[in-house]
Amino acid sequence: MPKDFLRDAKDAYDVVVIGSGLAGLTAANTLARNGHSVLLLEQHYKLGGLATWFRRPGGHIFDVSLHGFPAGMIKSCRRYWNSQIADSIVQLKHIRFDNPMFSLSTTFDRRDFTRHLVERFGVARKTVDEFFDTARAMTHLGDQSMTAGELFERFFPGREDVVRLLMEPITYANGSTLEDPALTYGIVFSNFMSKGVYTFAGGTDKLIGMMDAELRRNGVDVRIRCRAEKIHVERGRVAAVTAAGRRIGCRAVVSNGNLKGTIFDLVGQACFDPRFIEEAQAVRLNNSSTQVYMALKPDVRLDEAECGDLLFTSTAPVFRTDLLLNRQVTSRTYSFYYPKTRPERNRSLIVSSTNARYEDWAGLGRADYQESKRRLVETTLDAVEKYVPKIREKIDATDCATPLTFERYTSHWAGSSFGTKFEGLAVSRRLPREIAGLYHAGSVGIIMSGWLGAVNYGVIVSNDVDAFLLD
Amino acid sequence: MTGAEIKEAVVEILSDIAPDEDCTNLKEDVAFRDQLELDSMDFLDIVMELRKRYRVQIPEEDYPQLASMASTVAYLEPLMKDMEK
Ligand SMILES: Cc1cc2nc3c(=O)[nH]c(=O)nc-3n(C[C@H](O)[C@H](O)[C@H](O)COP(=O)(O)OP(=O)(O)OC[C@H]3O[C@@H](n4cnc5c(N)ncnc54)[C@H](O)[C@@H]3O)c2cc1C
Repeated sequence: MPKDFLRDAKDAYDVVVIGSGLAGLTAANTLARNGHSVLLLEQHYKLGGLATWFRRPGGHIFDVSLHGFPAGMIKSCRRYWNSQIADSIVQLKHIRFDNPMFSLSTTFDRRDFTRHLVERFGVARKTVDEFFDTARAMTHLGDQSMTAGELFERFFPGREDVVRLLMEPITYANGSTLEDPALTYGIVFSNFMSKGVYTFAGGTDKLIGMMDAELRRNGVDVRIRCRAEKIHVERGRVAAVTAAGRRIGCRAVVSNGNLKGTIFDLVGQACFDPRFIEEAQAVRLNNSSTQVYMALKPDVRLDEAECGDLLFTSTAPVFRTDLLLNRQVTSRTYSFYYPKTRPERNRSLIVSSTNARYEDWAGLGRADYQESKRRLVETTLDAVEKYVPKIREKIDATDCATPLTFERYTSHWAGSSFGTKFEGLAVSRRLPREIAGLYHAGSVGIIMSGWLGAVNYGVIVSNDVDAFLLD
Repeated sequence: MTGAEIKEAVVEILSDIAPDEDCTNLKEDVAFRDQLELDSMDFLDIVMELRKRYRVQIPEEDYPQLASMASTVAYLEPLMKDMEK
């Protein structure tokens, strides 16, 4: 008989949280701390969602989405998790760019970007200050008609090099393009610019382990390998969730799964107003990613001064957001992990990430898919050669992930790496007005994605759920 | 609770949210935002703490009422006047 992963679960909870991405984890923790009984269901065999890692023989551990997040994560972890988690967050001080237009190093904060823009790019200081102030003043309630491209045109007309410096990292961070609303750019950019880029010392496995322990301390019933199959709605209210063949009663559901998956797969469109369904259908998913993972032999050391922590590279002569999605990859972001990431293991690793389109990978036959993966690894090794000479002699193991990999592990429609485009936020926020007790907390709207966005959105939604449960 | 007691309760919450700042000498009519380094998550925390500690429900459309000490106390007075401290 298969193992019962819901063994000894209660028949009903105040809240069922579906999915253990950072937003789901944070929502479960916040609600439990506020005194509610919480069941957390995760379909995968480990917690974390896209905040994940995997092991390969030889003592290597690869982090999938630990490339960098804004300083705000320290405060959010301290407040919504605990101070041990917050205290493990450290700054990445060596961010590099290398492309046909420029090659430079930065600490990735407002002061250092200003220095580069004034001294290297020859932009007037006043313009730079005004640009930063404008970006910082943006909120999600502001003007949505101006695009990021128009914002740049206003401050730096015709300056493709400046646009590349300011936009390329954000495009990597959340898939946004020059055609997306300027405010999504402004909010995310300002988050990073406030104090630079940070990482979690000890790796993703350590972070998720600490979060798991905190959840249990706060009384959350945590269940892995449990896929929620259905959210039951009765008389316009959430009534129960079916998982592992069992119906579990609840007053509220927080779905951390994909927004469209929540509406169309878990609830079903018949439960919603047709106008809402139209809007939900129109929500555009964000792009997916490919990654190549390279583990170096135990005795090989990377040249930290040459590689840096995070390296944005491109061989494309100009910056165009559609080029970043092209399967003929010209742009790659490398994360270099030194032994300091996990000191007890003493390993060095490189992860190369690119934005990618699901359609380019989904239609391939088995043989073509394998061949495409092999080519992705080989062309990446060729490209890394410039920064790590003789890379092929230095590696112990390689692996790669495609949009299909992301889809398989997270059930995200189209393997979406960063949720939805901006319009997804309003649809996500409207769910409880359509069905009482139904909430979504997970990457949406560009601004509510990434590690910090997901954690904060988990709190924002928990506040609504808490108010609902108290009524 | 009296206005003075409500104010004391708000100062206590603010001090927990911004532990590195002195929240005891805030100017009544000046926005919190102009005296303390508060972001939108901090304001959300004020709302959550008021609910947790005093069971007061503040709908989202009323959040702007929490801009300064004077407006916050004025807004909370009718909701909290029957509470014991
Ligand atoms: C390649 C890559 C690199 C990235 N790099 C960074 C970075 O450097 N910095 C940064 O800040 N962000 C990065 N991100 C983005 C960041 O990882 C995500 O935005 C964030 O982790 C998403 O969290 P989430 O809560 O929205 O949920 P997700 O992580 O998407 O998790 C959703 C969870 O729900 C579960 N689930 C779905 N359906 C069900 C169901 N029916 N039943 C049970 N469980 C279900 C899934 O299994 C999954 O665990 C990266 C993303 C990718 C793909």
